[in-house]
Amino acid sequence: MDVLRSRTSRDVLSLGLLSGAFILFTGAVGMVAAFHEREVVDRFISLGQLMLLTAPFVTAYFAAGRLREQGESAPRMLVAGVAVGLLTALPSVILLLFNSDEYRFLLFMTLRLAPLVAASVIAWGRLRAGAEMQTAIGIWLLVAVLVGIVTYSFALIFEVKGDLRSVFVNIDRDWVEVVTFDNRKDLMRGIGALGLVSIVSGLGGSILYLLPTVPRRALIYGLGVTALIGAFGETARLILQENVDRDTLREIFRRDTLRQNAALALFVISTAAGFFWALFGSQARERFSNLDYGPRRAVNTVGFVLFVLLMLMLPWLIGRTLSDVAVTIGIFVLMGLGLNIAIGLAGLLDLGYVTNYAVGAYILAVLTSIGPLGLFKGTFTFWTVIPIALLAAMFAGFIFAVPVLRMRGDYLAIATLGFGEIIGKLAISDWLKPLIGGAQGVQAIPKPIFLGTELKNPEQLYYIVLAASLVTLFVSIRLNNSRTGRQWMAIREDEDVATAMGIDTARAKLLAFTLSAATGGVAGAIFAAKVGTVFPNSFTVFISINVLSLIIVGGIASNPGIVVGAIVLIGMPELLREFSEFRFLLYGALLILMMIKRPQGLIPSKIVTHEAQSGVKPALAAAE
Amino acid sequence: MALLEVKDIHTYYGNIHALKGVSFEVDSGEIIALIGSNGAGKTTTLRTISGLMAPREGSVTYDGEEISRMRADLLVSKGISMVPEGRGVFAKLTVEENLDMGAYIRRDGAIKDDLKSAYSLFPRLEERRKQFAGTLSGGEQQMLAIARALMSKPRLLLLDEPSMGLAPVLVDGVFETVQRIASEGVTILLVEQNAHMALQIADRGYVLQSGEVAISDTAANLQQNETVQKTYLGID
Repeated sequence: MDVLRSRTSRDVLSLGLLSGAFILFTGAVGMVAAFHEREVVDRFISLGQLMLLTAPFVTAYFAAGRLREQGESAPRMLVAGVAVGLLTALPSVILLLFNSDEYRFLLFMTLRLAPLVAASVIAWGRLRAGAEMQTAIGIWLLVAVLVGIVTYSFALIFEVKGDLRSVFVNIDRDWVEVVTFDNRKDLMRGIGALGLVSIVSGLGGSILYLLPTVPRRALIYGLGVTALIGAFGETARLILQENVDRDTLREIFRRDTLRQNAALALFVISTAAGFFWALFGSQARERFSNLDYGPRRAVNTVGFVLFVLLMLMLPWLIGRTLSDVAVTIGIFVLMGLGLNIAIGLAGLLDLGYVTNYAVGAYILAVLTSIGPLGLFKGTFTFWTVIPIALLAAMFAGFIFAVPVLRMRGDYLAIATLGFGEIIGKLAISDWLKPLIGGAQGVQAIPKPIFLGTELKNPEQLYYIVLAASLVTLFVSIRLNNSRTGRQWMAIREDEDVATAMGIDTARAKLLAFTLSAATGGVAGAIFAAKVGTVFPNSFTVFISINVLSLIIVGGIASNPGIVVGAIVLIGMPELLREFSEFRFLLYGALLILMMIKRPQGLIPSKIVTHEAQSGVKPALAAAE
Repeated sequence: MALLEVKDIHTYYGNIHALKGVSFEVDSGEIIALIGSNGAGKTTTLRTISGLMAPREGSVTYDGEEISRMRADLLVSKGISMVPEGRGVFAKLTVEENLDMGAYIRRDGAIKDDLKSAYSLFPRLEERRKQFAGTLSGGEQQMLAIARALMSKPRLLLLDEPSMGLAPVLVDGVFETVQRIASEGVTILLVEQNAHMALQIADRGYVLQSGEVAISDTAANLQQNETVQKTYLGID
């Protein structure tokens, strides 16, 4: 009993049950079964199964870390790994039993006994705490009745309907098939398989933790890369098919799935690479930072040139489908860089950024459309309208900024949120219908024409986004180091003190809103040209929230962070289209996880890194 | 003529009548202390002079010009500089960037020289010029706030509670610095709860009590004044 009460076992218990709950929850919402559809390695493991495996593996790894902090020995850490594996499987095993016709009686037994047990435990606890017999009996009755009402109703439902699916709609054949590792017919064997896989994974996790640093890092790298490429097999195949011949491709992939040999080779190669990086990586980095300014700069320049070359060649390397994704990512990078001027630099929490996007899109639509709503029918080209869209968005940004200049923090956020909604309503309104088409939107927007070629493919449109992003990037880097940028940072830090420095805060904020709006307009115009039609339901509050989230996930006030944030939050969902029903679940989970584990973002700016280390309040809070 | 003349100002926070007709004068080259207890209206007075708040009635005249309706940021270029309460350094800018912000309104070429003289006034700041201001100790932050206020080349320096939250050893240093700045010709208006220290370096002083000037006299006389001794100096 004492062993169970120690801090160590409590940690293991809670972590294990957490991982079990994760497996159960993802199963109950249908994620496990849906992810099973995508194979990671051909005829070996699916994404759904990978989830079942990863949960105990990762949890055991962290549990081992906790145990090491408490000074536990290595064998105990291995035992903890096994325990985590068992606990992970436990909730799913129970549900499997409840779900089978043979063992359904266990469910009814549990449901009928649960109120009695719960009542007895609570009443007994009260008694031991010194309550009187009468009170204890009263509590016993109360709890038994209250819990009983719930569990007996469930029992009734299950009895009438005959299975669990009446309540847990996703606990179905498919789910059972996945969690029993294809042993649906023989339940006991399936449960054994689940338990065994879970325990082995848990044990694997704790063994991994016990390995010396170099092989550990190498393995983490190898496993991670293989799993990632396997999970995004379709993407990997699309990239490869542009660059290798068909036969080689067939050796590596079976349709969109990595073949076993290829996966093994990939694992060996990436582990070896990880091994060398773990051995020599820190040395290399150290040697690099010890270089003189001249050579270091040269290395940086070479790196930058390579990066630009890669960016320029990207459409050829990745093909049409992925170029399309790249254009969408680029549109959001543009908006992210723009919004970052308001949020990251000036600390103005703008939740109505979609306004600028919509203005840009509609301006381009109305001015260039050759459909019935086009005002000029071909007089204006994409290139002449881009500056107009930019100016119009800046004007909109300016107009909306004027009334909110005196607001700070939360109030500002809510007001801008309201403006975003107003724009959405205006776009769909009857009032503006003669001009912008109401719910039908504007159609027949021609593609941009560059030197006589119509840029109709995503590979071609990509270059427009790239050029716009590079210009924006350049401007925002220059702004960051300028007097103007400084004045925004001062306002973000403390508006009153900024005023006391002689900064005209009203003007500075207007400028921030106006400049920040500019790229939104360009992004909207490119979006309209890409899609060819503009509908009001493309401009919802989710655009604003997406842009804000990608800034936060990437790292506030960090330009590389914004690009990474856009790839993660915009690109990944595009590549995981088949799981779009879980998109917001995953999105939310990612945001929560990020805020807990890495609030400074994936690639934090130097200022935010400093905050995270010294505990100075984050930029958003300081804005208030 | 007085450099700064505050005449019968009434300032409100919403419906709360914070200043009920405060009047005083600051002559060029003087150190003036405004003392008083919590909530007496000292900080409100400074915020009204510096333009962060506008008085509902009364006038503030600086160098012969009515400034009570003027925007705060414009007053900086007229030569009024403030060290805000609680220091208000930009925690996420480096020491040197903070000082640069102090010279925000200036576009002349002498900023570099003034940076040097700021560092000679506060050698500690030079040691830490690349550090984030938020990582400095309280005393160093106060030095930075004062140095930053001087970067705009003010004629009138408004100091709001420079001794607040500092260890007694550091307080002495801060007041010595204030005296040194005054000796270079900067007029100083000092708001302090630490009446003892403030009156030691000031030429004249005003005692604020619930939004009004209760006593005004030379600093030496105020130190002898019975009420002042009892209420603010803790002498029975």
